[in-house]
Amino acid sequence: MELVKPEIGLIFWTSLSFLILLFILGKFAWKPILGALTERELFIEDSLNKAEAAKEEMESLVKKNDDLLKQARAERDLILQEAKKIKDQMIADAKLTAAKEGARMIEQAKLEINNQKAIAMADIKNQVSTLSLDIAEKVLRKQFEDHKKQEELVGELLKEVTLN
Amino acid sequence: MNNKLILNSKLLSKIIIYAVFLLSYALPHQVFAKDKEEAGDEKKFNVKEIIFEHISDSHSWHIFGKLSIPLPIILYTDRGIEVFSSDKIINSEEGKEAIYKGSHYSYKINGNKIVALDASGKEDLRASGKLLDFSITKNVASMWLAILILLLIFFKVASSYSKNKGKAPKGLQSLIEPLIVFVRDDVAIPNIGIKYARYMPLLLTVFFFILINNLLGLVPIFPGGYNLTGNIAVTLTLSVIALIVVNFSVNKYYWKHIFAPDIPLWLYIIMVPVEMIGIISRPFALMIRLFANITAGHIIVLSLVSLIFIFNTLWISPISVLFVVFMDVIELLVAFLQAYIFTMLMSLFIGMAVEEHHH
Amino acid sequence: MSQDVVHGSIAAIGAGLAVIGAGIGIGQIGGKAVEGIARQPEAASKIQTNMIIAAALVEGVALFAVVVALL
Repeated sequence: MELVKPEIGLIFWTSLSFLILLFILGKFAWKPILGALTERELFIEDSLNKAEAAKEEMESLVKKNDDLLKQARAERDLILQEAKKIKDQMIADAKLTAAKEGARMIEQAKLEINNQKAIAMADIKNQVSTLSLDIAEKVLRKQFEDHKKQEELVGELLKEVTLN
Repeated sequence: MNNKLILNSKLLSKIIIYAVFLLSYALPHQVFAKDKEEAGDEKKFNVKEIIFEHISDSHSWHIFGKLSIPLPIILYTDRGIEVFSSDKIINSEEGKEAIYKGSHYSYKINGNKIVALDASGKEDLRASGKLLDFSITKNVASMWLAILILLLIFFKVASSYSKNKGKAPKGLQSLIEPLIVFVRDDVAIPNIGIKYARYMPLLLTVFFFILINNLLGLVPIFPGGYNLTGNIAVTLTLSVIALIVVNFSVNKYYWKHIFAPDIPLWLYIIMVPVEMIGIISRPFALMIRLFANITAGHIIVLSLVSLIFIFNTLWISPISVLFVVFMDVIELLVAFLQAYIFTMLMSLFIGMAVEEHHH
Repeated sequence: MSQDVVHGSIAAIGAGLAVIGAGIGIGQIGGKAVEGIARQPEAASKIQTNMIIAAALVEGVALFAVVVALL
């Protein structure tokens, strides 16, 4: 029965020793140890968070890059398209102008040709008339060297000319 | 890795062999040397007496054989304080009763109890009744030893925390850290909740105090082998501390739960006394559990060793030693388990006290 | 003397009864805990913790009974 009878002395010394132990350990051991543990855990958590953030940032950067690239590509396509359009336009315009100019030039050339032709025709006409006159003169001269013939002709002519 | 394992197992088996050797050799000699002399003519072996002598406190610290360290005796009598060494009062020779004549009374030891004598040499019942024994007994001395070990360990660990700050733990630190983290993450936080930080120093101190005393109690040779955590006074102190802490950290929901629970009125007659008994019975159960577990472990180990002397033959010793080693391994587990359970239940009760109302 | 012997025997029977009760209790706890773990292996650590607590409670009562019986 003595076993379950608590002794006052042991209770006293146990409480005293335990409280002193609690105080000393609490002040010099648990505080720094738990502090260091928490600090380290916070540090690890912080590092993990940072790594996560860095990863996220990286991802967002990559995404941004992708976006930029896509945008640039789209812009390039747009520019190219526009350039092509402009080029087509220009070609079309140039063709149009060229055709117009050509037509105009052809027209002009035609006009010129006609003019020249007219001039040439007039010239030819003149020359022909001159020549024919010359020829006629020459022929006449030749024919009228013979007086008889002249009279013959005149007579002939006179015959032709019927007075009416 | 494998090599290391083999090395470790070799080391382990060595340790076990030593332990067996010490248990089978040193302990019985230490235990029974005195008994043999006393019972010289009778040849009767009183197991109960031997075991009870070993699991209870003593005024001298036994080393081996006849060698023991005398411890100071401090007595608070109705006439004043008396301090003297225990070797003045403990019988050094057979058949001679040592009586110390102090300044207030004369004293002699009766079993484990010190009694005051009157002038005629008879026991002074009145003075003995008022006598308070504050002696530094074996348990107190070994408790101080355990406290010293704890302080050494934790100062070293704390200093290594400040030395390699923010780095991985090293050496002793890496042995202790998992235990501290275990107490914090598996005992305090799940049971107490967000307010756990306030109770951490207490829980850690209780855990390691019980653990080291349990473990030292298992060591069969000199500084160990005592039965501190199996002493009702010690477990009583620890549970009273738990009781005080729990009842000082209660909030109004705790009292409401006890005195005004949401139950039909007629149940109050039953429930309120039950809950009020619960306040006391929970720490009481803590006290009994630790005391009974550790004491029972010591009793079983000592009984198994005593088998050799009961049967009075050497041939029983292999069986006895085998069982003792087996029990010691179980007790090793119990040493951890009881420290864990005590801390766990303590934090559970604290958690019940500080819990916010929600249902 | 004979009275003392009887007293001792009855105490031993009491201790034995307490141990039987505790044995059944702890067996139940362990068995159910293993069943629980088998059903929900992910809750193993939680079940184990509760198992140990429950076992300790039962064991505490049993040891109390044993101590009372032996004293």
